[in-house]
Amino acid sequence: MPLQRENNMPDGDALYAEIIDAHTGLSMEDSAALNARLVLLLVNHIGDRAIVQEALAAARASLSGRT
Amino acid sequence: MPDVRDIAFEWKRSQDQGRAEPAHHPVVIVGAGPVGLVAALDLAAKGHRAVIIERKGNLSDGSRAICWAKRTLEIMDRLGIGQLLIDKGVTWKNGKVFFDTKQVFAFDLLPESGHRMPAFVNLQQYYFEHFCVEAAAKTGLIDIRWREEAQGIEPTADGVLLTVGTPEGSYRLLADWAIAADGARSKVRQLMDLPFEGRIFEDQFLICDIRMRLDRPAERWFWFDPPFNRGRSALLHKQADACWRLDFQVGREADRDEEVKPENAARRVRGMLGENLDFTFDWISLYRFQSRRLKQFRHGRVLFAGDAAHQMSPFGARGGNSGVQDADNLAWKLDLVLRGIAPEKLLDSFHEERAAAADENLLHTTRSTDFIAPKNEMSRTFRDGALALAESEPFARRLINSGRLSTPTCYDTSSLNGPDEFRPGEAAAVRPGAAALDAPLENGWLLHQTGGGFTGLWLSPQRSMPSEVAASTAALAEARTPVSFVEETEHATRVRYGAEHGPAFYLLRPDQHIAARWRSFSMAAVQQAVARATAANTARQ
Repeated sequence: MPLQRENNMPDGDALYAEIIDAHTGLSMEDSAALNARLVLLLVNHIGDRAIVQEALAAARASLSGRT
Repeated sequence: MPDVRDIAFEWKRSQDQGRAEPAHHPVVIVGAGPVGLVAALDLAAKGHRAVIIERKGNLSDGSRAICWAKRTLEIMDRLGIGQLLIDKGVTWKNGKVFFDTKQVFAFDLLPESGHRMPAFVNLQQYYFEHFCVEAAAKTGLIDIRWREEAQGIEPTADGVLLTVGTPEGSYRLLADWAIAADGARSKVRQLMDLPFEGRIFEDQFLICDIRMRLDRPAERWFWFDPPFNRGRSALLHKQADACWRLDFQVGREADRDEEVKPENAARRVRGMLGENLDFTFDWISLYRFQSRRLKQFRHGRVLFAGDAAHQMSPFGARGGNSGVQDADNLAWKLDLVLRGIAPEKLLDSFHEERAAAADENLLHTTRSTDFIAPKNEMSRTFRDGALALAESEPFARRLINSGRLSTPTCYDTSSLNGPDEFRPGEAAAVRPGAAALDAPLENGWLLHQTGGGFTGLWLSPQRSMPSEVAASTAALAEARTPVSFVEETEHATRVRYGAEHGPAFYLLRPDQHIAARWRSFSMAAVQQAVARATAANTARQ
């Protein structure tokens, strides 16, 4: 199964707000640490190396296009 | 049309002034903005008189609310003003979102046909008010008292005693019911000392309404972090009379007096639209906003509607639209109570339903604001990440929030809702609590044939009503709360209402929200649902 690139979130705005709220009151350093932990938790849940690799590539590609 | 903003409404001494005893009126509305005017028009459509007290002697000075959503247009159409708004305004449904210099997202708010009203009409608030004031005069039932203001309000046993200030002293009015539609800085709310709490946003936004010739489609354009407003946002909208709304985020620290100077605002305008642009200013305004609402919209005989009851950020055009929908919700309930058909407690459902709507609108506008003006660095990192991903990843486009544009609230948890005989998820858009969707009928539009009173909608592939339905129509039409009937076989309508393969019966309230729906018809069930929707019977079914 390839990486899901179409919308897969029933209420994306709510989920997005929950992520942002989780960072409330944290320094940038702590926020980055939170993100690392979150990524690891979700990667374990996905448990599919090919999908994670595809996501990593997409994220890297988006980052390299940054002006 | 001459500039309606130049119209001066003179103060006229009312016969009520100078009387020994306060004059009695069934309904007094404070505020002749869109919400107060719509409430008065809807009550007038049902035969009720209303007095409106208005502090100013003119229409809205700036364009203020400009985006009128489909549901609001449908309400205005029911009140006879829909076509005027369409004719004068700018119809649109498409929008584009830009990040830096790239387009990342485009949307269509009404991709399907078969609706009488468009997704949105942009029209300056002063025109909206102008059409309402003209329509109000034609009713002969609405007495707008310009240049008078509420100075005191005290509850009585079965009404409200208002003290009204005029250029020549004050007088008193005794109202059975008062509607406070006097805006975000509501005087009535202050006089009653009601807390209005919530969140204050620090960011400032600059509105420039300009007149120019610009050959550009009528679309909503929104920029995140554009070169002409680095690190911030901007918005462009078309209005009537070649007037364009430009909205710039200018930050927390911006100097109010400096920003609104025409030469400084002009620099921003030219930055967005080109150095050689030929334009004139119509209105410049700097604003901050708050997200807050009253705990209770009903305080005895005083009912709060619109910005007086709830205030929100403008992203999503939910302020003006939800205010008109407050009035739509209130008018039919007040009508039934004034006529003694429904008990006063029906008006508790005004708070119940519209406070839920306000919460929904506040949630959406707060999320939009947090996306547009991120509250911390990590929030901005996520925001910019979503924007960057949106270029290649469809899922990320759904996260981009430049304002979730106003749609009517479904009163899912309302105590007025009756039974739903459909399977879960089946035709969910028209479940009990939802505003009825418009649809083409064999002869006209569904929403033209409903509203004002209760309507039963019988949908069936068969040409004629079953005899038990036909036999009940006369009795229901003559009931204390009459139910009129619409029978429809049109395929497109049946599809929209989940009656493609079999019959369905819908009960619509006077505000065209769906009260209940069944797969078969039972007169007793309909009577029970009408009783429930009018708070005549609050026992759980």
